[in-house]
Amino acid sequence: MVKKTIHEINSKIKDGSVNVVTAEEMVDIVAELGPEGAASEVDVVTTGTFGAMCSSGVWFNFGHSEPPIKMQKVWMNDVEAYTGVAAVDAFLGATQLSDSLGMEYGGAHVMEDLIRGKSVDLHAISHGTDCYPRKILDTSLALDDMNQAIMVNPRNAYQKYNAATNGTKQTIHTYMGSLLPQYGNVTYSGAGVLSPLSNDPEYRTIGTGSRIFLGGTQGYIVGQGTQHASAGQFGTLMVQGDMKKMSSDYIRAANFTGYGTSLYVGMGIPIPVLDENVAKATAVTDADITTNILDYSVPSRDRPALRQVTYAELKSGSIEINGTEAATSSLSSFKKARKIAAELKDWISKGDFFVSMPVENLPANTSAKPMKETEGVSFVSEIMSTNVVTIEKDASVYKAAKIIMDSEFNHLPVVSKDSSLVGIVTAWDISKAVSQDKFDLVEDMMTRKVITARADERVDVVARRLDLKGVSAMPVLNKENHVIGIITSDDISKLYARRH
Amino acid sequence: MKVKINISSEIVTKPILAEAIVETGVLLNVSQAHFDRSHGEVVADVQEELFEKIKSSLVSKGAIVRKLDTPIEWDEDECVECGACISVCPTKVFSLDEDYSLLVDKSKCIQCGTCVEMCPHNALSLIDNG
Repeated sequence: MVKKTIHEINSKIKDGSVNVVTAEEMVDIVAELGPEGAASEVDVVTTGTFGAMCSSGVWFNFGHSEPPIKMQKVWMNDVEAYTGVAAVDAFLGATQLSDSLGMEYGGAHVMEDLIRGKSVDLHAISHGTDCYPRKILDTSLALDDMNQAIMVNPRNAYQKYNAATNGTKQTIHTYMGSLLPQYGNVTYSGAGVLSPLSNDPEYRTIGTGSRIFLGGTQGYIVGQGTQHASAGQFGTLMVQGDMKKMSSDYIRAANFTGYGTSLYVGMGIPIPVLDENVAKATAVTDADITTNILDYSVPSRDRPALRQVTYAELKSGSIEINGTEAATSSLSSFKKARKIAAELKDWISKGDFFVSMPVENLPANTSAKPMKETEGVSFVSEIMSTNVVTIEKDASVYKAAKIIMDSEFNHLPVVSKDSSLVGIVTAWDISKAVSQDKFDLVEDMMTRKVITARADERVDVVARRLDLKGVSAMPVLNKENHVIGIITSDDISKLYARRH
Repeated sequence: MKVKINISSEIVTKPILAEAIVETGVLLNVSQAHFDRSHGEVVADVQEELFEKIKSSLVSKGAIVRKLDTPIEWDEDECVECGACISVCPTKVFSLDEDYSLLVDKSKCIQCGTCVEMCPHNALSLIDNG
């Protein structure tokens, strides 16, 4: 049984005799020497990851103006930061969007600009107080002009992450990138073999106070990250580091079309090899780490898992899903993750970086609760009209006009002989036909591509569909494709009017 | 070489591609096609020396034809080599080599622009061929 203390490892770092390897190199070492042999041979294993981490941000202290101001609201390059704390402190979040540029530019871009040495425009307003009389402030600041710029990321370095795909017939745009129709591709994130928490899944050496590589400089783990769900191996970390010392090689702004901005964060965590159990854990491979492929087109927090997959399969470039091959893409950069693990290895080998034991362990066996919602959730079945009238496709335009007048519905679902939905006609379609002197059959003038809803869908989901598709009513169908009701934008407006 | 053929809504229902092929005997290898109520757009391969021949035939039938000779622009400074572009490209322009560096084979590009939307780092762009 090999046993090493953190002090023994740090004295080896000091005298230059330390043996450091990356988590990728460790796989072969453990395979060759076994956990015990590897534990006596290797002192530190370095990990690395470089990917989109939305829950990231920076605490600034801008210094006091003359006369001083208690900021009530503050913007940096038109991106709002939170200043509900002391006078000139503010927290800028990575996904906060520019008031003027929207999704093109956000908090993440302000951070990258500052790290690259650029100045940003600061605009603040206040109501003015006896102690802080100033009401408005405009200036331009670079990182050097500020007292502090401390990156504090509430949730980084997910142990692993779900892979994403799309089962609908349209491309969707998500924080997992563009997902092509009919399971056309799969995207994923995470460094697999190099993933920090996957190399220490029992959190023996990674915890509060651990010294880490963050954005190209030395940082620290604050503790568990938000939504830390260790029970399902979805652990997360809250980390902090001095942004003034960070490099744009390891901190990059990103834009996800249709979603917004995010921050790519480069992080590396050293794992001191205290004994053979630690050594064994760091031998984890891409093939050992499994995750689920979820259908991101399902508008729910409980998206169905289509299948389980390993990081080795995801990295191979294509995987089978529902009987066909889908191309895979990583959203995180494995090349950068490797570079981070190598750089951290170099720092430790040269005696520039010492390892530490956590002063507090990360919580084990936690899971993330869903939100408790106190406002009632409404379903389509509760507000749809069930006295819907339909028309057969071989009926005349005249008959359609008459039904619309009698039923007071503007939308008339068109059905075939077996009662299944084949189209829809509106009062407007009929006016158009009449104005053009066309008195054909309903099926010649109906809209064939009908946007529909189901009775068990949530009203807010259906309302978004109405909005996206630019229609004002949707037939509600049962499993047999028969029309059982209709839901209109009026029904939805009335629901919301009742609530507020 | 790759060409893009745009067909306006007035003639979108006419078989002008087939007519032009029959008329000129020039073969088009269609790699991408999109048709809806408002327009049609086809990307196809054609032999370079036969391009003018099929172009004049298609233009006489009302289509707009242009060469696709400016492929995707790759900004290596912005690129972090994540590989997000790989799975959305219909013609496999992008791949990772053994050391996970991104390889870009511009000769395969049909300028569909899907990767431009996908790239989280604005490292890919298309210059309009006009």
